[in-house]
Amino acid sequence: MEVIVAIIVGVLFAVGIYLILTQDLLRIVLGTSLLTHAVHLLLMAMAMLKTGAAPLLGREADEFVDPLPQALILTSIVINFGVTAFFLVLSYRAYQKLETTDMDRMRSESSRHRSRKGGRRS
Amino acid sequence: MSLLHLLALSPFLLAAGLPLLGRAAPRLHRGWFAAALSAILFAALLGYSSNVRSGSSVTESFAWIPSLGISFTLYLDGLSLLFALLITGMGVLVAIYSIAYMNDASESLTRFYVLLLIFMGAMLGLVMSDNLLTLYGFWELTSITSFLLIGYNHHKHRSRYGALKSLLITMTGGLGLLTGFVLLYVMSGTYQIRELMDAGGTLVSHPLFVPAVLLILLGAFTKSAQYPFHIWLPDAMEAPTPVSAYLHSATMVKAGLYLVARLSPVFAGTAEWFWFVSLGGLITLIYGSVAAVKQTDLKGILAYSTISQLGLIMCLLGLSSLSVAFAGEESLLYAAAGTAALFHLLNHAVFKGSLFMIAGIVDHETGTRDVRKLGGLAQVMPIAFTISLFGALSMAGLPPFGGFISKEMFLEAVLEPLHAGVFRLETWAALFPIVAWIASVFTFVYSALLVVRTFLGPRKPALERKKVHDAPPLMTLPPALLAVLALILGLFPGLVSYSLIRPAAEAMMSHIPASGERLPGSIKLWHGWTPALGMTIGVVAAGIPLVLTARRWMKLYAWIPRRMSINRFYDASLLFFERITVRITSLYMNGSSRSYIKYILGFMMLVAGFILFNATDVTFRVGAYAVIAPYEWFIMLGLAAASLAVPFAKSRPVAIILTGTVGYLMTLMFVFLRAPDLALTQMVVESISVTLYLLCFYHLPKLRTESQAVRFRLPNFLVAVAVGVLMTLIALAVLGTNPFDPVSDYYVRESYESAGGKNIVNVILVDFRGFDTMLEIMVLGVASLGIYNMIKLRRKATDIGSRHVSHEGEDADEEAAQTRKSLYGYDGPRWRSDDAAEDPERAEKLKIQESPELPGAESGDSSPDKSETPPNSHAEGGDRDA
Repeated sequence: MEVIVAIIVGVLFAVGIYLILTQDLLRIVLGTSLLTHAVHLLLMAMAMLKTGAAPLLGREADEFVDPLPQALILTSIVINFGVTAFFLVLSYRAYQKLETTDMDRMRSESSRHRSRKGGRRS
Repeated sequence: MSLLHLLALSPFLLAAGLPLLGRAAPRLHRGWFAAALSAILFAALLGYSSNVRSGSSVTESFAWIPSLGISFTLYLDGLSLLFALLITGMGVLVAIYSIAYMNDASESLTRFYVLLLIFMGAMLGLVMSDNLLTLYGFWELTSITSFLLIGYNHHKHRSRYGALKSLLITMTGGLGLLTGFVLLYVMSGTYQIRELMDAGGTLVSHPLFVPAVLLILLGAFTKSAQYPFHIWLPDAMEAPTPVSAYLHSATMVKAGLYLVARLSPVFAGTAEWFWFVSLGGLITLIYGSVAAVKQTDLKGILAYSTISQLGLIMCLLGLSSLSVAFAGEESLLYAAAGTAALFHLLNHAVFKGSLFMIAGIVDHETGTRDVRKLGGLAQVMPIAFTISLFGALSMAGLPPFGGFISKEMFLEAVLEPLHAGVFRLETWAALFPIVAWIASVFTFVYSALLVVRTFLGPRKPALERKKVHDAPPLMTLPPALLAVLALILGLFPGLVSYSLIRPAAEAMMSHIPASGERLPGSIKLWHGWTPALGMTIGVVAAGIPLVLTARRWMKLYAWIPRRMSINRFYDASLLFFERITVRITSLYMNGSSRSYIKYILGFMMLVAGFILFNATDVTFRVGAYAVIAPYEWFIMLGLAAASLAVPFAKSRPVAIILTGTVGYLMTLMFVFLRAPDLALTQMVVESISVTLYLLCFYHLPKLRTESQAVRFRLPNFLVAVAVGVLMTLIALAVLGTNPFDPVSDYYVRESYESAGGKNIVNVILVDFRGFDTMLEIMVLGVASLGIYNMIKLRRKATDIGSRHVSHEGEDADEEAAQTRKSLYGYDGPRWRSDDAAEDPERAEKLKIQESPELPGAESGDSSPDKSETPPNSHAEGGDRDA
């Protein structure tokens, strides 16, 4: 199973990176969350999979899976949620202000935005 | 650490403490601290002179980086002492002078004196270092402080230009110097100057000898403003006058001379050294003196005169190296050139210091340094006139001043090579006296013109109106002292000849004391009727008519180096390199974060791939994997398929739903992988995320179709695939590797015992790693604050603050683009999607909106199409006077 998971990690990384390299803001945000999934799976795989029961002591089991990666991933999921929300609102505001979600147009839009204000001044 | 170390480092200590001292005594001018320290240092160094006079030296060593053979060894012999006294003595006078001269805001005054003190410390360290690398460090520190002091008035373009020029030229030389030092180390295996001198003989035959000589002389020539590297010195005159007097005539520019003198025992006796040093000096001597005549700026005259005088000393240093080739009486004969060099060095510091200070006083009192606007000041500024007369007479080499004696010694020294008969001097020796005599005539001419055009003749009407008078006593005292000193040096040269000059000369020409002889220490005002005196009389005879008819010759002088071609070469090459740099840099620094991500990923792939490829202990484990239940295959395949489909989604909702699918499948994965907490959290988070995405989607416009160009997609695709493959490999390589005992066992064991929880993951999060979780909550808090601010607290466009800020930014952007365009013919990174091309209507609107910006005072120069600054404006900047 680990090999398959490793391949899935690779696929998720590839798709995530590809999305981050595109022009649309929303795709970039989607790309970051795919990257997070990839990292989570990688962390899980590092400790080997299914080496025991779920890390709940109440269960009658001799072996438990490694709880440490799970703790790390739990933290990561929550933080990733905060980051995703922030990114989304940021892209929303950027769109409101600059009227585009295209990364390549944003720079020129923002300079135009400024020069428009400058025109109003004089 | 010793007393000597403390002395050498004390200026740095005072520089560090000066801001605090200034605050403690706000009434007291900062200059007094600097002056007091210089005076103490001067007195302390004088204490060593009796020791040095007898020919012995003081060495204090302090291991600094012993593993690299770098020690902070200070060495005080005659040569070092002469320079150290010069540095501290001039330091006192310049500090006092500047107290009266610099009377602006206290904040920048602190800066001025801090820099001056750092410079003094660096210079002291430079002349006392026995280790070549520490010497190099101090050498560069003097360049840096010189740069900062020239650019002291940093709001003036000329100051910045001059500062940059001096830095670039002296730093180039400094790099050469460092390379030369390393070559010396390669040849001899030591960085200690003392040990190098012992190895002197064996170095000459080494193949690296000539490159080392050339590189070290590059450093010395750039520092001492020798032709053709002199061009920075005239531009350095933008510095405040005390700085010019101190750094650019008395001390820093003499560092090159010091280095040549210091390394003479290592290099002297070879034809290369002799010819490079003496000929370089000779060319600089004649060039500087001719160029000085046509200058109209008082400080310009003094700058070229300094160049010329530095050339003279350099030439003498070269001539003195002849003495190594001979023995006995003849050797002493040629060694007289070395004595002359050091004596002239002292004289030059004295008379040039006074003249610079007078130039500053004239500038201070009249508001101009242009000799065409000056004249007749002798009546209103009698003291300044007297001082400058003393200085100019000494500079011209007339009795009874110190300059006369050293000039006579120089003229005698240039006659000596006529019967040397080594280094092919038979053919070329006549060059020396002829060029030296012509240069002396011009020296006489510019010295005379300096005084005549400033202080004699009719007073210009513009000056009549002003109430010009002599400077305050504090300002007049230092140059007056120097002028008196110039006279004393002429009348009683014995005061310094035995105590300072002879030990210095013997340190420079160490073969003479080594052979058991001593230099004839006596320097006399009256030599008898020598050929040199005849030459001086000839100089005066030829010079007086030239001075009287100077006006008619001006056109000729102005024609000679019409447009200083070396300056043009400097400007052109600087511009060329700036353009090339901008082009190359903008090739990869194109402002698009996408490219930067690609660079980062590419580098990561290179490094990680290289390690994976080369590491021997990375094994891909085979077997012993977890088994896969049949239904798990579906989940995993679905996960891969859903994620692969995201880039192909043509519309936003599809992309969002596909990503959501990936997230929910991840939840299922967590279930299989025995991680119930993760599954729960992931499910909650994914649900909220998808909702957020869809909310956001509601506000965003339709998904623009991605650029279809293969040229755009293919690199992205390749990078993405490569990263994916690499990550798979890494994942496989790290599977189950446990180089250390995992901490997990502890958590499993102690979860119930210590924390009383059965859910180990939860216990880790809230107990064992509680602080991590707290910080995680803080991250969420910060994110939510940011989100709240972005949504709720909008600054309206009418908000005064926001408008103001954006105007500033806009102007700065425009300005930067303009500068780039005018300098490099290139106005910044290009954006692929050009609005005008895509959307003509919008471009039209844009034009209308921009057009009101064109009129108006300040936007006039920042409008893109109106003021195309000519591309050569920078190149001509050198000739324009502010």
